[in-house]
Amino acid sequence: MSILVRPNPSQKTHAIVEAAIRPVSIRIDALEVRYGEHLALARVDLDIYTGEFVCLLGPSGCGKTTLLNAIAGFVDASGGRAEVNGKAVEGPAPDRGVVFQEYALFPWWTVEKNIQYGPRLRGLRGDELKAISDSYCRLVGLEGSAQRYPNQLSGGMRQRVAIARALANRPEILLMDEPFGALDAMTRQGLQDELLRIWEAERRTFVFVTHSIAEAVFLADRIVVMTAHPGRIKRVIANTTPRPRSRTSEEHFEMYRAVDLLFQEEARTKPDAEVAR
Amino acid sequence: MSATAPIKRRAQVDIVEGAQTSRTRRALLAVIAVTAVLAVWAALSGLGFVNHVLVPSPADVARAAAAALRDGSLAKNTAASLLRVVEGFGVAVLVAMPLGIAMGISSTTRGLLEPLIELLRPVPPIAFIPLAILWFGIGETSKVMIIAYGAFFPIFINTMAGLADVDLVHIRAAQTLGAKRYDLFKDVVLPSAFPQMVTGARLGMGMAFIVLVAAELVASSEGLGYLINDARFSFRTDQIFVGIITIGLLGLALNKGLLEAERRLLRWKFL
Repeated sequence: MSILVRPNPSQKTHAIVEAAIRPVSIRIDALEVRYGEHLALARVDLDIYTGEFVCLLGPSGCGKTTLLNAIAGFVDASGGRAEVNGKAVEGPAPDRGVVFQEYALFPWWTVEKNIQYGPRLRGLRGDELKAISDSYCRLVGLEGSAQRYPNQLSGGMRQRVAIARALANRPEILLMDEPFGALDAMTRQGLQDELLRIWEAERRTFVFVTHSIAEAVFLADRIVVMTAHPGRIKRVIANTTPRPRSRTSEEHFEMYRAVDLLFQEEARTKPDAEVAR
Repeated sequence: MSATAPIKRRAQVDIVEGAQTSRTRRALLAVIAVTAVLAVWAALSGLGFVNHVLVPSPADVARAAAAALRDGSLAKNTAASLLRVVEGFGVAVLVAMPLGIAMGISSTTRGLLEPLIELLRPVPPIAFIPLAILWFGIGETSKVMIIAYGAFFPIFINTMAGLADVDLVHIRAAQTLGAKRYDLFKDVVLPSAFPQMVTGARLGMGMAFIVLVAAELVASSEGLGYLINDARFSFRTDQIFVGIITIGLLGLALNKGLLEAERRLLRWKFL
Protein backbone atom coordinates (compact mmCIF):
# COMPACT_ATOMS: atom_id res chain seq x y z
CA MET A 1 0.00 0.00 0.00
CA SER A 2 1.11 3.52 -0.54
CA ILE A 3 1.80 5.78 2.35
CA LEU A 4 2.11 9.46 1.69
CA VAL A 5 5.11 10.61 3.66
CA ARG A 6 5.60 14.30 3.22
CA PRO A 7 8.91 15.83 4.31
CA ASN A 8 8.68 19.15 6.07
CA PRO A 9 10.18 21.56 3.47
CA SER A 10 7.73 20.66 0.68
CA GLN A 11 4.82 20.90 3.02
CA LYS A 12 4.25 24.62 2.59
CA THR A 13 3.69 24.45 -1.16
CA HIS A 14 1.50 21.45 -0.69
CA ALA A 15 -0.47 23.31 1.95
CA ILE A 16 -1.18 26.13 -0.46
CA VAL A 17 -2.67 23.71 -2.97
CA GLU A 18 -4.73 21.99 -0.34
CA ALA A 19 -5.87 25.24 1.25
CA ALA A 20 -7.68 26.07 -1.97
CA ILE A 21 -9.93 23.11 -1.31
CA ARG A 22 -10.10 23.05 2.50
CA PRO A 23 -10.01 26.15 4.68
CA VAL A 24 -7.14 26.40 7.12
CA SER A 25 -8.32 26.43 10.72
CA ILE A 26 -4.98 26.72 12.52
CA ARG A 27 -1.81 28.08 10.97
CA ILE A 28 1.50 27.73 12.80
CA ASP A 29 4.03 30.05 11.21
CA ALA A 30 7.71 29.79 12.22
CA LEU A 31 6.58 29.41 15.81
CA GLU A 32 9.27 29.34 18.46
CA VAL A 33 8.69 28.97 22.21
CA ARG A 34 11.35 29.39 24.88
CA TYR A 35 11.05 28.84 28.59
CA GLY A 36 13.88 31.06 29.80
CA GLU A 37 17.02 29.56 28.22
CA HIS A 38 15.31 26.32 27.25
CA LEU A 39 14.17 26.09 23.62
CA ALA A 40 10.94 24.08 23.84
CA LEU A 41 9.83 24.55 20.25
CA ALA A 42 12.16 25.51 17.39
CA ARG A 43 10.61 27.23 14.34
CA VAL A 44 7.61 25.05 13.65
CA ASP A 45 5.38 25.38 10.57
CA LEU A 46 2.07 23.56 10.32
CA ASP A 47 -1.38 24.05 8.80
CA ILE A 48 -4.39 22.29 10.26
CA TYR A 49 -7.55 22.24 8.16
CA THR A 50 -11.10 22.77 9.31
CA GLY A 51 -12.75 19.54 10.40
CA GLU A 52 -9.49 17.63 10.43
CA PHE A 53 -8.35 15.21 13.15
CA VAL A 54 -4.65 15.83 13.74
CA CYS A 55 -2.45 14.01 16.25
CA LEU A 56 0.74 15.54 17.59
CA LEU A 57 2.94 12.51 18.30
CA GLY A 58 6.33 12.28 19.94
CA PRO A 59 8.38 11.48 23.03
CA SER A 60 8.34 13.68 26.12
CA GLY A 61 10.28 16.88 25.59
CA CYS A 62 9.39 17.07 21.87
CA GLY A 63 7.25 20.16 22.43
CA LYS A 64 3.91 18.60 21.49
CA THR A 65 2.18 19.96 24.60
CA THR A 66 3.94 23.29 24.16
CA LEU A 67 2.58 23.48 20.60
CA LEU A 68 -0.92 22.67 21.85
CA ASN A 69 -0.58 25.25 24.63
CA ALA A 70 0.50 27.87 22.10
CA ILE A 71 -2.65 27.18 20.05
CA ALA A 72 -4.75 27.29 23.24
CA GLY A 73 -3.12 30.60 24.19
CA PHE A 74 -1.59 29.37 27.45
CA VAL A 75 1.99 30.17 26.40
CA ASP A 76 3.35 33.10 24.40
CA ALA A 77 5.40 32.73 21.23
CA SER A 78 9.03 33.84 21.48
CA GLY A 79 9.08 34.03 17.69
CA GLY A 80 6.67 33.47 14.81
CA ARG A 81 2.98 33.04 15.51
CA ALA A 82 0.00 30.78 15.91
CA GLU A 83 -3.14 31.84 14.01
CA VAL A 84 -6.69 30.65 14.30
CA ASN A 85 -8.96 31.60 11.39
CA GLY A 86 -6.36 34.11 10.23
CA LYS A 87 -6.14 35.88 13.58
CA ALA A 88 -3.12 35.65 15.86
CA VAL A 89 -3.78 33.80 19.11
CA GLU A 90 -3.90 36.14 22.09
CA GLY A 91 -4.69 34.10 25.17
CA PRO A 92 -7.32 31.43 25.74
CA ALA A 93 -10.79 31.94 24.27
CA PRO A 94 -13.96 29.88 23.92
CA ASP A 95 -13.43 29.21 20.18
CA ARG A 96 -10.76 26.69 21.29
CA GLY A 97 -12.00 24.11 23.79
CA VAL A 98 -9.38 22.20 25.77
CA VAL A 99 -9.43 18.74 27.35
CA PHE A 100 -6.63 18.29 29.86
CA GLN A 101 -4.84 15.09 30.84
CA GLU A 102 -5.68 15.74 34.50
CA TYR A 103 -9.39 16.32 33.59
CA ALA A 104 -9.49 19.77 35.28
CA LEU A 105 -13.14 19.33 36.23
CA PHE A 106 -14.46 21.73 38.86
CA PRO A 107 -14.89 19.39 41.84
CA TRP A 108 -17.33 21.74 43.61
CA TRP A 109 -19.92 21.33 40.85
CA THR A 110 -21.93 18.35 39.69
CA VAL A 111 -21.34 16.79 36.27
CA GLU A 112 -24.31 18.77 34.94
CA LYS A 113 -23.04 22.09 36.30
CA ASN A 114 -19.57 21.42 34.88
CA ILE A 115 -21.01 20.82 31.42
CA GLN A 116 -23.25 23.90 31.66
CA TYR A 117 -20.47 26.29 32.65
CA GLY A 118 -19.41 27.46 29.17
CA PRO A 119 -23.00 28.02 27.95
CA ARG A 120 -23.82 29.73 31.26
CA LEU A 121 -20.95 32.18 30.69
CA ARG A 122 -22.49 32.92 27.28
CA GLY A 123 -25.65 33.99 29.10
CA LEU A 124 -27.85 30.94 28.67
CA ARG A 125 -30.18 30.13 31.58
CA GLY A 126 -32.63 27.57 32.93
CA ASP A 127 -34.19 25.19 30.42
CA GLU A 128 -31.69 26.03 27.68
CA LEU A 129 -28.84 24.99 29.97
CA LYS A 130 -30.67 21.85 31.00
CA ALA A 131 -31.23 20.90 27.37
CA ILE A 132 -27.54 21.36 26.58
CA SER A 133 -26.25 19.36 29.55
CA ASP A 134 -28.79 16.60 28.88
CA SER A 135 -27.79 16.28 25.25
CA TYR A 136 -24.04 16.28 25.97
CA CYS A 137 -24.43 13.84 28.87
CA ARG A 138 -26.15 11.58 26.36
CA LEU A 139 -23.41 12.14 23.77
CA VAL A 140 -20.74 10.82 26.13
CA GLY A 141 -22.97 8.20 27.80
CA LEU A 142 -23.33 9.80 31.24
CA GLU A 143 -27.12 10.18 31.40
CA GLY A 144 -27.32 8.57 34.84
CA SER A 145 -24.51 10.61 36.39
CA ALA A 146 -25.62 14.21 35.79
CA GLN A 147 -26.13 14.89 39.50
CA ARG A 148 -22.93 13.25 40.70
CA TYR A 149 -19.75 15.06 41.68
CA PRO A 150 -16.40 14.50 39.91
CA ASN A 151 -14.99 12.83 43.06
CA GLN A 152 -17.59 10.08 42.65
CA LEU A 153 -16.50 9.20 39.10
CA SER A 154 -13.82 6.91 37.69
CA GLY A 155 -11.01 8.35 35.56
CA GLY A 156 -12.70 7.31 32.34
CA MET A 157 -15.99 8.90 33.37
CA ARG A 158 -14.24 12.11 34.41
CA GLN A 159 -12.62 12.39 31.02
CA ARG A 160 -16.02 11.90 29.36
CA VAL A 161 -17.33 14.81 31.42
CA ALA A 162 -14.32 16.91 30.44
CA ILE A 163 -14.95 16.18 26.74
CA ALA A 164 -18.66 16.94 27.15
CA ARG A 165 -17.89 20.18 28.98
CA ALA A 166 -15.55 21.35 26.22
CA LEU A 167 -17.94 20.37 23.40
CA ALA A 168 -21.04 21.82 25.09
CA ASN A 169 -19.51 25.25 24.58
CA ARG A 170 -19.50 24.52 20.83
CA PRO A 171 -15.88 25.45 20.13
CA GLU A 172 -14.64 25.41 16.54
CA ILE A 173 -11.53 23.59 17.65
CA LEU A 174 -11.05 20.95 20.33
CA LEU A 175 -7.53 20.69 21.74
CA MET A 176 -6.73 17.56 23.74
CA ASP A 177 -3.54 17.08 25.76
CA GLU A 178 -2.96 13.34 26.26
CA PRO A 179 -6.53 13.05 27.49
CA PHE A 180 -6.40 9.27 27.87
CA GLY A 181 -2.85 9.11 29.23
CA ALA A 182 -3.89 8.30 32.80
CA LEU A 183 -6.42 5.60 31.87
CA ASP A 184 -6.02 1.84 31.66
CA ALA A 185 -5.71 0.29 28.20
CA MET A 186 -9.28 -1.04 28.00
CA THR A 187 -10.93 2.22 29.09
CA ARG A 188 -8.61 4.03 26.74
CA GLN A 189 -9.72 2.02 23.70
CA GLY A 190 -13.37 2.53 24.60
CA LEU A 191 -12.88 6.28 24.80
CA GLN A 192 -10.94 6.34 21.52
CA ASP A 193 -13.90 4.67 19.81
CA GLU A 194 -16.26 7.17 21.36
CA LEU A 195 -14.08 10.12 20.48
CA LEU A 196 -14.12 9.09 16.80
CA ARG A 197 -17.89 8.71 16.92
CA ILE A 198 -18.20 12.19 18.48
CA TRP A 199 -15.80 13.68 15.93
CA GLU A 200 -17.80 12.19 13.08
CA ALA A 201 -21.03 13.52 14.60
CA GLU A 202 -19.75 17.02 15.47
CA ARG A 203 -17.24 17.55 12.63
CA ARG A 204 -14.99 19.97 14.42
CA THR A 205 -11.24 20.41 14.17
CA PHE A 206 -9.60 18.05 16.66
CA VAL A 207 -5.96 18.40 17.72
CA PHE A 208 -4.87 15.52 19.91
CA VAL A 209 -1.53 15.18 21.70
CA THR A 210 -0.27 11.67 22.40
CA HIS A 211 2.91 9.65 22.80
CA SER A 212 1.19 6.46 21.65
CA ILE A 213 1.80 5.54 18.01
CA ALA A 214 -1.16 3.15 18.04
CA GLU A 215 -3.45 5.88 19.34
CA ALA A 216 -2.34 8.37 16.68
CA VAL A 217 -2.68 5.77 13.90
CA PHE A 218 -6.15 4.81 15.10
CA LEU A 219 -7.46 8.38 15.45
CA ALA A 220 -5.76 10.84 13.13
CA ASP A 221 -6.25 12.06 9.56
CA ARG A 222 -2.70 13.33 9.73
CA ILE A 223 0.02 12.49 12.22
CA VAL A 224 2.51 15.22 13.10
CA VAL A 225 5.66 13.35 14.15
CA MET A 226 7.74 15.45 16.52
CA THR A 227 11.23 14.97 17.94
CA ALA A 228 13.02 16.43 20.95
CA HIS A 229 16.14 18.53 21.67
CA PRO A 230 14.92 20.95 20.55
CA GLY A 231 11.23 20.26 19.92
CA ARG A 232 10.43 20.29 16.19
CA ILE A 233 8.31 18.61 13.55
CA LYS A 234 10.11 15.76 11.81
CA ARG A 235 7.38 14.70 9.41
CA VAL A 236 3.70 15.14 8.77
CA ILE A 237 2.19 11.84 7.72
CA ALA A 238 -1.16 11.52 5.98
CA ASN A 239 -2.84 8.58 7.63
CA THR A 240 -4.28 6.59 4.75
CA THR A 241 -5.85 3.90 6.93
CA PRO A 242 -9.47 3.75 5.74
CA ARG A 243 -12.32 4.59 8.12
CA PRO A 244 -14.09 3.02 9.94
CA ARG A 245 -10.84 1.80 11.41
CA SER A 246 -9.86 -1.40 13.08
CA ARG A 247 -6.98 -1.86 15.50
CA THR A 248 -6.29 -5.29 14.04
CA SER A 249 -6.36 -4.48 10.31
CA GLU A 250 -3.34 -4.90 8.02
CA GLU A 251 -3.52 -1.19 7.14
CA HIS A 252 -3.33 -0.25 10.81
CA PHE A 253 -0.17 -2.34 11.35
CA GLU A 254 1.32 -1.02 8.09
CA MET A 255 0.84 2.56 9.21
CA TYR A 256 2.07 1.76 12.72
CA ARG A 257 5.27 0.30 11.29
CA ALA A 258 5.87 3.32 9.05
CA VAL A 259 5.58 5.70 12.00
CA ASP A 260 7.64 3.50 14.29
CA LEU A 261 10.41 3.34 11.68
CA LEU A 262 10.57 7.13 11.70
CA PHE A 263 11.27 7.14 15.42
CA GLN A 264 13.83 4.34 15.08
CA GLU A 265 15.59 6.33 12.35
CA GLU A 266 15.59 9.35 14.65
CA ALA A 267 17.11 7.28 17.45
CA ARG A 268 19.88 6.08 15.09
CA THR A 269 20.81 9.56 13.90
CA LYS A 270 20.73 11.03 17.41
CA PRO A 271 21.81 8.15 19.65
CA ASP A 272 22.91 10.45 22.46
CA ALA A 273 19.69 12.44 22.50
CA GLU A 274 18.21 10.71 25.51
CA VAL A 275 21.50 10.73 27.39
CA ALA A 276 22.03 14.43 26.74
CA ARG A 277 18.92 15.22 28.74
CA MET B 1 -12.44 -24.49 56.68
CA SER B 2 -13.46 -24.59 53.03
CA ALA B 3 -10.95 -23.54 50.40
CA THR B 4 -12.92 -20.45 49.41
CA ALA B 5 -13.39 -19.03 52.90
CA PRO B 6 -11.55 -15.76 53.39
CA ILE B 7 -8.50 -16.02 55.57
CA LYS B 8 -8.84 -13.79 58.60
CA ARG B 9 -5.83 -11.86 59.69
CA ARG B 10 -7.19 -9.87 62.57
CA ALA B 11 -3.98 -8.31 63.86
CA GLN B 12 -2.90 -7.04 60.46
CA VAL B 13 -6.31 -5.62 59.70
CA ASP B 14 -6.17 -3.79 63.01
CA ILE B 15 -2.89 -2.13 62.14
CA VAL B 16 -3.80 -1.26 58.58
CA GLU B 17 -7.25 0.05 59.44
CA GLY B 18 -6.19 1.59 62.72
CA ALA B 19 -8.26 4.76 62.40
CA GLN B 20 -11.25 3.11 60.77
CA THR B 21 -12.68 1.10 63.65
CA SER B 22 -16.46 1.06 63.78
CA ARG B 23 -18.55 3.75 65.41
CA THR B 24 -19.94 1.53 68.19
CA ARG B 25 -16.49 0.20 68.99
CA ARG B 26 -15.13 3.74 69.32
CA ALA B 27 -18.06 4.79 71.53
CA LEU B 28 -17.50 1.75 73.73
CA LEU B 29 -13.79 2.55 74.10
CA ALA B 30 -14.61 6.16 74.98
CA VAL B 31 -17.04 5.05 77.70
CA ILE B 32 -14.44 2.62 79.10
CA ALA B 33 -11.79 5.36 79.22
CA VAL B 34 -14.03 7.90 80.96
CA THR B 35 -15.34 5.29 83.43
CA ALA B 36 -11.79 4.20 84.26
CA VAL B 37 -10.69 7.75 85.02
CA LEU B 38 -13.75 8.35 87.19
CA ALA B 39 -13.19 5.06 89.05
CA VAL B 40 -9.52 5.82 89.78
CA TRP B 41 -10.42 9.35 90.84
CA ALA B 42 -13.21 8.11 93.16
CA ALA B 43 -10.95 5.43 94.62
CA LEU B 44 -8.12 7.88 95.31
CA SER B 45 -10.37 10.37 97.12
CA GLY B 46 -12.40 7.59 98.83
CA LEU B 47 -9.27 5.98 100.25
CA GLY B 48 -8.07 9.34 101.49
CA PHE B 49 -4.96 9.55 99.30
CA VAL B 50 -5.75 13.14 98.33
CA ASN B 51 -6.78 16.24 100.20
CA HIS B 52 -10.54 16.70 99.84
CA VAL B 53 -10.31 20.46 99.82
CA LEU B 54 -7.87 20.49 96.90
CA VAL B 55 -9.27 17.53 94.98
CA PRO B 56 -12.98 16.98 95.49
CA SER B 57 -14.48 13.55 94.89
CA PRO B 58 -16.52 12.89 91.73
CA ALA B 59 -19.62 12.88 93.93
CA ASP B 60 -18.79 16.36 95.30
CA VAL B 61 -18.35 17.66 91.76
CA ALA B 62 -21.65 16.09 90.69
CA ARG B 63 -23.40 17.72 93.63
CA ALA B 64 -21.88 21.11 92.81
CA ALA B 65 -22.91 20.70 89.17
CA ALA B 66 -26.47 19.86 90.20
CA ALA B 67 -26.58 22.91 92.44
CA ALA B 68 -25.22 25.18 89.72
CA LEU B 69 -27.77 23.81 87.27
CA ARG B 70 -30.60 24.29 89.78
CA ASP B 71 -29.85 27.92 90.63
CA GLY B 72 -29.26 28.74 86.95
CA SER B 73 -25.73 30.06 87.48
CA LEU B 74 -24.17 27.45 85.18
CA ALA B 75 -26.59 28.20 82.36
CA LYS B 76 -26.17 31.97 82.80
CA ASN B 77 -22.38 31.82 82.79
CA THR B 78 -22.27 29.41 79.86
CA ALA B 79 -24.62 31.64 77.86
CA ALA B 80 -22.50 34.71 78.62
CA SER B 81 -19.36 32.92 77.46
CA LEU B 82 -20.97 31.57 74.30
CA LEU B 83 -22.29 34.99 73.36
CA ARG B 84 -18.77 36.46 73.65
CA VAL B 85 -17.30 33.67 71.53
CA VAL B 86 -19.91 34.17 68.83
CA GLU B 87 -19.43 37.95 68.81
CA GLY B 88 -15.64 37.80 68.79
CA PHE B 89 -15.67 35.07 66.16
CA GLY B 90 -18.09 37.09 64.02
CA VAL B 91 -15.85 40.16 64.14
CA ALA B 92 -12.83 38.00 63.27
CA VAL B 93 -14.58 36.47 60.22
CA LEU B 94 -15.76 39.88 59.00
CA VAL B 95 -12.23 41.29 59.13
CA ALA B 96 -10.08 38.23 58.33
CA MET B 97 -11.89 36.86 55.29
CA PRO B 98 -12.05 40.07 53.21
CA LEU B 99 -8.47 40.89 54.18
CA GLY B 100 -7.30 37.36 53.33
CA ILE B 101 -9.10 37.54 49.98
CA ALA B 102 -7.64 40.97 49.21
CA MET B 103 -4.14 39.72 50.00
CA GLY B 104 -4.73 36.47 48.16
CA ILE B 105 -5.62 38.16 44.87
CA SER B 106 -3.47 41.31 44.95
CA SER B 107 0.29 41.11 45.32
CA THR B 108 0.43 44.83 46.18
CA THR B 109 -1.91 44.41 49.14
CA ARG B 110 0.02 41.34 50.17
CA GLY B 111 3.35 43.18 50.00
CA LEU B 112 1.97 46.04 52.08
CA LEU B 113 0.20 44.08 54.80
CA GLU B 114 2.22 40.89 55.12
CA PRO B 115 5.11 42.42 57.14
CA LEU B 116 2.67 44.01 59.59
CA ILE B 117 0.73 40.82 60.05
CA GLU B 118 3.86 38.71 60.42
CA LEU B 119 4.97 41.10 63.16
CA LEU B 120 1.70 40.76 65.07
CA ARG B 121 1.29 37.02 64.59
CA PRO B 122 3.78 35.83 67.26
CA VAL B 123 2.16 38.03 69.93
CA PRO B 124 -0.25 35.84 71.92
CA PRO B 125 -3.74 37.32 72.39
CA ILE B 126 -3.30 37.19 76.16
CA ALA B 127 -0.52 39.77 75.90
CA PHE B 128 -3.12 42.26 74.66
CA ILE B 129 -5.49 41.83 77.60
CA PRO B 130 -4.03 44.68 79.74
CA LEU B 131 -4.04 47.01 76.74
CA ALA B 132 -7.57 46.01 75.79
CA ILE B 133 -8.78 46.74 79.31
CA LEU B 134 -7.20 50.20 79.18
CA TRP B 135 -8.63 50.90 75.74
CA PHE B 136 -12.07 49.33 75.95
CA GLY B 137 -12.64 49.06 79.73
CA ILE B 138 -13.48 45.85 81.57
CA GLY B 139 -16.86 45.50 79.83
CA GLU B 140 -17.82 43.29 76.91
CA THR B 141 -15.92 45.20 74.25
CA SER B 142 -12.45 44.38 75.54
CA LYS B 143 -13.24 40.65 75.76
CA VAL B 144 -14.86 40.53 72.33
CA MET B 145 -11.87 42.34 70.81
CA ILE B 146 -9.37 39.95 72.42
CA ILE B 147 -11.34 36.95 71.21
CA ALA B 148 -11.59 38.47 67.73
CA TYR B 149 -7.83 39.01 67.70
CA GLY B 150 -7.20 35.39 68.68
CA ALA B 151 -9.59 34.01 66.08
CA PHE B 152 -8.33 36.35 63.35
CA PHE B 153 -5.06 34.62 62.48
CA PRO B 154 -6.23 31.07 61.75
CA ILE B 155 -9.06 32.43 59.59
CA PHE B 156 -6.92 35.00 57.83
CA ILE B 157 -3.95 32.74 57.12
CA ASN B 158 -6.09 29.89 55.82
CA THR B 159 -8.12 32.22 53.62
CA MET B 160 -4.97 33.65 52.07
CA ALA B 161 -3.37 30.24 51.62
CA GLY B 162 -6.56 28.86 50.09
CA LEU B 163 -6.63 31.62 47.51
CA ALA B 164 -2.96 31.20 46.71
CA ASP B 165 -3.47 27.46 46.23
CA VAL B 166 -5.86 27.64 43.27
CA ASP B 167 -4.96 25.07 40.63
CA LEU B 168 -3.71 26.70 37.43
CA VAL B 169 -5.40 24.03 35.34
CA HIS B 170 -8.80 25.07 36.75
CA ILE B 171 -8.10 28.68 35.80
CA ARG B 172 -7.09 27.61 32.31
CA ALA B 173 -10.11 25.36 31.90
CA ALA B 174 -12.43 28.20 32.88
CA GLN B 175 -10.67 30.62 30.52
CA THR B 176 -11.12 28.28 27.56
CA LEU B 177 -14.83 28.19 28.41
CA GLY B 178 -14.98 31.98 28.20
CA ALA B 179 -14.49 33.07 31.82
CA LYS B 180 -13.30 36.64 32.37
CA ARG B 181 -11.52 38.04 35.44
CA TYR B 182 -14.62 38.39 37.60
CA ASP B 183 -15.98 34.99 36.52
CA LEU B 184 -12.66 33.39 37.43
CA PHE B 185 -12.79 34.92 40.89
CA LYS B 186 -16.41 34.03 41.56
CA ASP B 187 -16.59 30.61 39.92
CA VAL B 188 -13.08 29.20 40.35
CA VAL B 189 -10.91 31.04 42.88
CA LEU B 190 -13.49 31.40 45.67
CA PRO B 191 -14.99 27.89 45.41
CA SER B 192 -11.57 26.28 45.35
CA ALA B 193 -10.39 28.34 48.35
CA PHE B 194 -13.62 27.78 50.25
CA PRO B 195 -12.68 24.47 51.93
CA GLN B 196 -9.58 26.00 53.45
CA MET B 197 -11.55 29.08 54.51
CA VAL B 198 -13.98 26.81 56.35
CA THR B 199 -11.09 24.95 58.00
CA GLY B 200 -9.68 28.33 59.05
CA ALA B 201 -13.02 29.26 60.55
CA ARG B 202 -13.11 26.03 62.55
CA LEU B 203 -9.58 26.60 63.87
CA GLY B 204 -10.47 30.22 64.59
CA MET B 205 -13.45 29.11 66.62
CA GLY B 206 -11.18 26.83 68.69
CA MET B 207 -8.81 29.73 69.25
CA ALA B 208 -11.68 32.03 70.23
CA PHE B 209 -12.70 29.54 72.89
CA ILE B 210 -9.20 29.34 74.37
CA VAL B 211 -8.83 33.11 74.45
CA LEU B 212 -12.29 33.53 75.94
CA VAL B 213 -11.45 31.77 79.19
CA ALA B 214 -8.19 33.70 79.57
CA ALA B 215 -9.98 37.01 79.01
CA GLU B 216 -12.69 36.10 81.49
CA LEU B 217 -10.18 35.07 84.15
CA VAL B 218 -8.69 38.54 84.17
CA ALA B 219 -11.72 40.75 84.49
CA SER B 220 -15.38 39.85 84.27
CA SER B 221 -18.55 39.46 86.31
CA GLU B 222 -19.97 36.48 84.45
CA GLY B 223 -18.90 33.68 82.18
CA LEU B 224 -17.19 30.31 82.69
CA GLY B 225 -13.79 31.90 83.30
CA TYR B 226 -15.39 34.11 85.93
CA LEU B 227 -17.08 31.07 87.52
CA ILE B 228 -13.70 29.33 87.91
CA ASN B 229 -11.92 32.38 89.23
CA ASP B 230 -14.73 33.31 91.62
CA ALA B 231 -14.78 29.79 93.11
CA ARG B 232 -11.07 30.11 93.84
CA PHE B 233 -11.73 32.92 96.35
CA SER B 234 -14.14 30.75 98.36
CA PHE B 235 -11.94 27.64 98.04
CA ARG B 236 -14.75 25.83 96.18
CA THR B 237 -12.61 23.42 94.14
CA ASP B 238 -15.74 21.42 93.34
CA GLN B 239 -17.11 24.47 91.49
CA ILE B 240 -13.78 24.95 89.72
CA PHE B 241 -14.04 21.36 88.51
CA VAL B 242 -17.58 21.99 87.30
CA GLY B 243 -16.37 25.03 85.34
CA ILE B 244 -13.45 23.17 83.80
CA ILE B 245 -15.55 20.16 82.82
CA THR B 246 -18.20 22.46 81.31
CA ILE B 247 -15.52 24.21 79.24
CA GLY B 248 -14.23 20.85 78.05
CA LEU B 249 -17.68 19.60 77.08
CA LEU B 250 -18.58 22.86 75.39
CA GLY B 251 -15.35 22.90 73.38
CA LEU B 252 -15.91 19.31 72.35
CA ALA B 253 -19.48 20.06 71.27
CA LEU B 254 -18.42 23.18 69.34
CA ASN B 255 -15.70 21.31 67.47
CA LYS B 256 -18.01 18.39 66.63
CA GLY B 257 -20.67 20.82 65.47
CA LEU B 258 -18.24 22.71 63.27
CA LEU B 259 -16.86 19.51 61.77
CA GLU B 260 -20.41 18.51 60.93
CA ALA B 261 -21.09 21.95 59.43
CA GLU B 262 -17.90 21.59 57.37
CA ARG B 263 -19.10 18.23 56.08
CA ARG B 264 -22.42 19.70 55.03
CA LEU B 265 -21.00 22.85 53.46
CA LEU B 266 -18.37 20.89 51.53
CA ARG B 267 -20.38 17.85 50.58
CA TRP B 268 -18.45 17.41 47.34
CA LYS B 269 -15.17 16.96 49.24
CA PHE B 270 -16.32 14.05 51.35
CA LEU B 271 -17.88 11.90 48.65
